[in-house]
Amino acid sequence: MVQPGLMSLLQDGGRYGQQRIGLTTGGPLDPEAFALCNRLLGNDATATAVEVSFGGLVLTATVDTRICVTGAALPLRINGKEQARWCVHRVGAGDEIAVDFLTAGTAAGCRAYLGVAGGFSVAPQFGSSSTVVREHIGGLKGEKLQPGDTLPCAASSGGPLRRLPEALRPVYGNSVVLRVIPGYQQAHFSPLQQRRFYSSEYTVSERCDRMGYRLEGTAIACDIEGILSEGICFGAIQIPADGQPIVLLNDRQTIGGYPKIGAALSLDVARLVQLTPGATVRFEAVSRDAAHNALHLAAHRLRTLPLAEFSL
Amino acid sequence: MRLSQAGEAALMLYLGDETSPAVSARVQAAAQAVEAALGDDLVDLVPSYASLLIIYNPLTTDHFSVGRRVRSAVGGLDTGNAGEGREVRLPVYYHPEAGEDLEALAQRAGLGVDEVIAIHSATEYRVYAIGFAPGFAYLGQVDERIAAPRLATPRQRVPRGAVAIADRQTAVYPAVSPGGWNLIGRCPTRMFDPAAEPTMPVAVGDRVRFEPIDRSRFLALGGEL
Repeated sequence: MVQPGLMSLLQDGGRYGQQRIGLTTGGPLDPEAFALCNRLLGNDATATAVEVSFGGLVLTATVDTRICVTGAALPLRINGKEQARWCVHRVGAGDEIAVDFLTAGTAAGCRAYLGVAGGFSVAPQFGSSSTVVREHIGGLKGEKLQPGDTLPCAASSGGPLRRLPEALRPVYGNSVVLRVIPGYQQAHFSPLQQRRFYSSEYTVSERCDRMGYRLEGTAIACDIEGILSEGICFGAIQIPADGQPIVLLNDRQTIGGYPKIGAALSLDVARLVQLTPGATVRFEAVSRDAAHNALHLAAHRLRTLPLAEFSL
Repeated sequence: MRLSQAGEAALMLYLGDETSPAVSARVQAAAQAVEAALGDDLVDLVPSYASLLIIYNPLTTDHFSVGRRVRSAVGGLDTGNAGEGREVRLPVYYHPEAGEDLEALAQRAGLGVDEVIAIHSATEYRVYAIGFAPGFAYLGQVDERIAAPRLATPRQRVPRGAVAIADRQTAVYPAVSPGGWNLIGRCPTRMFDPAAEPTMPVAVGDRVRFEPIDRSRFLALGGEL
């Protein structure tokens, strides 16, 4: 590791079954880009990769292997030469791999995934290698990657070079519509407040991180100030006293006492996390059945997207 | 009992609406029953004061099936099965040098520091929930005489082992973190140690008693000031 960039974290599929001792799930913010990175490399779906937020990562390869970068349009350079993303490349020991900062002004996402053939071999903690900095759990030392860190991975010679056809790659814009499954304390938001929530446009605030994305816009009032602390699921939309919604993400606290109006669909949250402050967000209510169907269709698509194979 | 959708792959089971040992015991028993009923379809369970968040795998099951299995598992629930919980004793060095808010809390309550210590350590607490941070156990109920609201301005740094009160809850901070609870002492027992087995000395449903210890005993047990 030469330079880690702003925030680069080792992530696998996430940490499950540990919430009763207070451990959150962690895992890739954009599971679609993460899963496609591993699929392109022929890895297990949850093999450990590096989540690069905003860019600035520079690594030197110590073995011959194959790598792939998916997700945000952070320029990939191998020995200074720009290379295609969503595409597997061979690298040799001594090669320099850089995932650069985003060129300003492009609505091109902010989270990229750097994967390696076979995945990085990181000892799991509580069943997962996912780094949760707030808990000092996972990754190499429970922290974001640091200069001088070594990311262990096996050498790999040969193996197919695959790429995702351009037409099938996700497009990260500057806005997202979050489908919401109404639930939790929904009944404590009056019909008027619910209408305001679903008809207003919100802006991603500066306060957005792996715990949650705080939005700014029309304030939503709730009949109650707080509730007896209860479990919070991924994507839950919390409305604190100031009425500004917070979409809770992978590193959220496991329990909390703020009222929630519902929970966003994970497929749309994967798009939300690619947005930076100033981007716009709207909400749209969907039934739990529609949500369930959307999850199945997306899972099927991820499994069956045709990958192109090429050789040099 | 009320079951409601919480998210695309989560149902919330409410087992009451107040903090009480009886409701907590129902949560405990329901957690065991739901775990057995859902098997591999279960992804995670988050028990709390009066509710149980059930997270399932939406690719292997659906809310119809999970709802049906949860209702039948919890329908004839025998809370007696949850048991009494283990009794756990935690040593505490109560002193202004280890609990910066001890004197202010005593003054506010119109009690002497010794009385606050006596009241805090005389109660048997129940572990109602674990969350906020790994190993952070919410214990209740604190005697009303020494209940105290959260600080207006939370501290940036609360030391590991800090014993604290917020409203009618008390807790031991498992790690250095920001926090707004009133600090009254320090516990030398590690509340969360990823390298230990078990990682935590308490689980939801356990009963906790605090035992006052002096400075030298605190230091001998590995406490840090």
